[in-house]
Amino acid sequence: MNTENAEPKIVAFCCHYCAYAAADLAGSGRLQYPPNIRIIRSPCTGRLEINFFMKAFEAGADGVLVAGCEEGSCHFKEGNYLAKHRVNTTKQLLQEAGLEPERLRMVNVSAASSQKFAEYVRDMVETIIKLGPARNKKTTAKEPIGAIT
Amino acid sequence: MIVAERKTIPELVEILKPHTNILVLGCGTCVTVCLSGGEREVSIISSALRIASRVQGLSFEIDELTIERQCDNIFIEQAAEAIQKADAVLSTACGAGVQAIAERFPLKPVYAGLNTTFIGILEERGIWTEKCAACGACVLHKYGGICPVTRCAKHMLNGPCGGSREDRCEVRHDRPCAWQLIFKRLKDINQLERLKDMEPAKNWNPSLSGGPRVLIREDHRV
Repeated sequence: MNTENAEPKIVAFCCHYCAYAAADLAGSGRLQYPPNIRIIRSPCTGRLEINFFMKAFEAGADGVLVAGCEEGSCHFKEGNYLAKHRVNTTKQLLQEAGLEPERLRMVNVSAASSQKFAEYVRDMVETIIKLGPARNKKTTAKEPIGAIT
Repeated sequence: MIVAERKTIPELVEILKPHTNILVLGCGTCVTVCLSGGEREVSIISSALRIASRVQGLSFEIDELTIERQCDNIFIEQAAEAIQKADAVLSTACGAGVQAIAERFPLKPVYAGLNTTFIGILEERGIWTEKCAACGACVLHKYGGICPVTRCAKHMLNGPCGGSREDRCEVRHDRPCAWQLIFKRLKDINQLERLKDMEPAKNWNPSLSGGPRVLIREDHRV
């Protein structure tokens, strides 16, 4: 384990209709998962654009988790499919920019799957700890506006 | 619309390496519609360049700006201040836009962030196809509005090559045979008779083969 990155920062974009509710349920159910994620509620994962993910990394995130509805059950029919394509495109872009594509991940959880949500977060944190801090953070001259602290 | 696609980030980093203060300048016209060089793409490219710069230990300071149209001096004026401040400009416009900026600011390095690919349309979500080769002598009226110069891989003007399979092009199996489309269209509009006319060999002088083209409209000159 990379001790330098004991506390990775992960931004989790959660869909209002599923993952956000699952996270809420995990809280109500007192389920434990690492406190490394900062949840941003989105009306649908289809609202998330490539530059949202890029801005998160630019601002100092070590990882970005996109949590949308189960495939086939998007509240807006195809939002999670759009997000899936955008996540894949962003992975390629991250690789071009010199970051590991594994730092970005999309998962699908239903509003009732609090256990699954906690599991996905644990798994994501584990992956990011293994990868270490994002390399773009090492030589930052100054923290950009909106830096994640 | 002019269709273009982004150069890769490593390519852009290599191009921009000698500079520090870089302006990524977007264009709000064709390249916005084809999702390659508008405001959103400028934001994405800028983020990727900032990340790449930090990963590689470079010192890029990147500003972003998108103007309505880069091939028009009136709109370029709106970017003048930002361009003056920057060491270099990475333009995400088509080739015409990049050159318009370079001409307007002769002492400023201006680079292309996109590869301008063709004149085309959005066929379906995420798919753009070439429709016009800007050959300078349009023949669309003879072929039911389907251009054999652009859409036939062999530029056949007097009927199909004979190599198509089903209705697919012999050269690119994922594209329809232009002549199949022409035949169907002429039949639908009762103009099959047109195919009896022989089309002489195309004069390529009005195209790029005759050198860079200039259009002079005396009625608009003073």
